[in-house]
Amino acid sequence: MKYQNEMKVEFDSQSQNEAFARVVISAMVAQLDPTLEELSDIKTAVSEAVTNAIIHGYEECEGKVHMLCKIYDSTIYIEVKDYGKGIEDIEKARVPLYTSKPELDRSGMGFTVMETFMDEVEIESKAGIGTKVMMRKKLESIDK
Amino acid sequence: MENLLKYVNILQRSKQMELEYDIVGRNLIVRVSEELDDHNAKCIAGGIDKLIRHHNIKNIIFDFKKTSFMDSSGIGVIFSKYKSIKNIGGNVVITNVDRSVERLLKLAGIYKIIHKYENMETALKVCR
Repeated sequence: MKYQNEMKVEFDSQSQNEAFARVVISAMVAQLDPTLEELSDIKTAVSEAVTNAIIHGYEECEGKVHMLCKIYDSTIYIEVKDYGKGIEDIEKARVPLYTSKPELDRSGMGFTVMETFMDEVEIESKAGIGTKVMMRKKLESIDK
Repeated sequence: MENLLKYVNILQRSKQMELEYDIVGRNLIVRVSEELDDHNAKCIAGGIDKLIRHHNIKNIIFDFKKTSFMDSSGIGVIFSKYKSIKNIGGNVVITNVDRSVERLLKLAGIYKIIHKYENMETALKVCR
């Protein structure tokens, strides 16, 4: 089974757009008839990446968040990109429970959640330039 | 398409914060909204702090009955309220957890410090 599709959206770095991003990604993935669990995994991972862009990348200042989604066969590829402040130490950011903003009630679980719910998570970041999170997941339900 | 409409509904409703609180004795019941993300978490956290201060609250019961989506922002709120309630000798418990919320709570190891009860009745019995 071969199925290809691609979409791109850009939205303001406002916290209500976290729900917007989840709606968009759900609508895209829904075409593939995923299981509820797969859909929930993808929505959660996207929510984490977009939240990071808004509160860490742009530190709740104005900016644009880009989200790209590609479907190749049964694999879904998602990219969430910001032009914010960037991550100084990516390895440290990936450590469970580490948060650069302890004053904000953050759990430090964002990247751990993405890594748990997706098959692959890559991060590219440059201080002062921005951050790109790339995630991949193969939908098992599609092969049936 | 049905799914999409459902989510659009959630989007519209999330604007008017469907958070609800109840106070039973010295217990604060937080009826968590349909989706608990960073956007809602900020409102919940502020609301809880105010109620703890004004109503001599000892325990918090997070009721997830309506909740079908939560991300790590929800974990952050639960942990932070746990810390402040522990300081005043109280307790934080959770109830009515669905499968997707459960997966996240387990991943964060929240059950190592916080008890889950099947329903509100049991939770209220324990929180005296």
